[in-house]
Amino acid sequence: MDPLALTLIELGAVVFCLGLLARLAGRIGMSPIPLYLLGGLAFGAGGVVKLEGMHEFSHLSGEISVILLLLMLGLEYTAAELFTGLRRSWQAGALDLVLNFLPGAALALLLGWGGVGAMVMGGITYISSSGIAAKVITDLGRLGNRETPVVLSILVFEDLAMAVYLPILTATLAGVSFLGGLTTVAIALAVVTVVLMVALRHGHHVSKAVHSENSEVFLLNVLGAALLVAGLASAMQVSAAVGAFMLGIAISGATAHNATRILEPLRDLFAAIFFVAFGLNTDPSSIPPVLGWALVLAVVTAGTKMATGIWAAKREGIARPGRFRAGATLIARGEFSIVIAGLAVASGAVPPYLAALATAYVLLMAMLGPLAARFVEPVVKVASRRRQVPAQA
Amino acid sequence: MNVDETNLPGLGLRKDFMTASGRRIGVVELREGQTELIISTWDDPDTCQASIPLTSDEAATLGNLLGGQHLAMKLTEEHKDVPGIVTRQFSIAPESPFQNQPMGKACIRTRCGVSIVAIMREGEVLPSPGPDVVLHSGDLLVAVGTLEGLDSAATILRHG
Repeated sequence: MDPLALTLIELGAVVFCLGLLARLAGRIGMSPIPLYLLGGLAFGAGGVVKLEGMHEFSHLSGEISVILLLLMLGLEYTAAELFTGLRRSWQAGALDLVLNFLPGAALALLLGWGGVGAMVMGGITYISSSGIAAKVITDLGRLGNRETPVVLSILVFEDLAMAVYLPILTATLAGVSFLGGLTTVAIALAVVTVVLMVALRHGHHVSKAVHSENSEVFLLNVLGAALLVAGLASAMQVSAAVGAFMLGIAISGATAHNATRILEPLRDLFAAIFFVAFGLNTDPSSIPPVLGWALVLAVVTAGTKMATGIWAAKREGIARPGRFRAGATLIARGEFSIVIAGLAVASGAVPPYLAALATAYVLLMAMLGPLAARFVEPVVKVASRRRQVPAQA
Repeated sequence: MNVDETNLPGLGLRKDFMTASGRRIGVVELREGQTELIISTWDDPDTCQASIPLTSDEAATLGNLLGGQHLAMKLTEEHKDVPGIVTRQFSIAPESPFQNQPMGKACIRTRCGVSIVAIMREGEVLPSPGPDVVLHSGDLLVAVGTLEGLDSAATILRHG
């Protein structure tokens, strides 16, 4: 068959299947990410059906989806929110970083994947899925709860941490020397600070530059600016994704709101293809050997996120049930763990088993997270009642 | 009254306060423009028993109902030394003949000796409205007059 025809047929079939999977996920009320990954595993190298023509397309769409994911993350928060979030929650954020980065990093070292592997795995276990957490909060009607701002400010801190982590990761993966790595980090930090300052004072100028009443012009403006900034950042060795994130922060107010609305379908499409592509490139037969480790990691990092949430909520004077709710909401890992793993795998600097471990881990956490958030409350209630009964007797 | 305002990064703004009965009550204003009415459970003030999405019309109506009650109570308090004078509220129904008409057309004062002292609209008070003010469905009219006058004013507003 004509290779173009084959590619189109494969792409169409995959996107159509993704639609079915997303509908299934919506029906049972879970995040579609694990299903996308499973779909990718089924059709990838060593899977049920092998898709060859997808390869080229999935590579570029993967890059674009990372840029879009980070751009929209930046759009979600205003610079002022980031600043107050940072000031209010840096202790909780720091605890979150230490508790959740270390388990992943330690396991990577234990498995002999070296410093680069530790850097990657640490990032994968550290970053909660803000997408899943936000959905859980809305779906369970917890918008008005007192622990919700605590959870959200930890997520804000994590997103800022990503802006510093991604350049370091890119430098580490590229095998830059220690000194070179330091320079990259310094550049990244300087850029982040400058952009935050500019966004806080002159965000409306940036917004004005991309804004248009015509939605077609607006879409092209925003997308073009994002790709340009991402490309420039990439040329400066500070990771394309961070460039997009910074642009997102600089765009503010109504423009940011409109940009989110207009970019959402685009992001959903590219992100779905990206998750599938990640699954496609992972050999399902490499998962069983690491499944045990993925389970251990899942249990440990569910515990550490729980501890983070409990500690942070307690500091804000929230009662016992609310502390557990906060912890459980943070457990889900998702899109950004796959982004990190995807960057690592694309660079070729990590062993293939890392991709398998990351896939298994995110599969577990994306399913476990929302379940934990839903059922933590009744469990805590039953547990505290048990404890009270003997005291009364 | 001390209303707490809490920023919900990426989602919106929460405004709430503690009632004397120990419940936390308030609204969450979402970025997308919706409003949610929140009421805490009685045993855990951190969590919400209900989180009710309201359209802007519903939110305004609820605001009128609660605010109108307050205004009427205050007026009754002020008029209690004048025997025979009563305060009452009328809401303009969608089928009212005076909907989208200037208030003066109803000639309430001339026909029943009743004064409309305020209109509650979308949670705001229009004090001493003139005859040119156009009535909308959902408006709450606060009226002062005798019992008989108020009864006939109610009939006029409903049926013309």
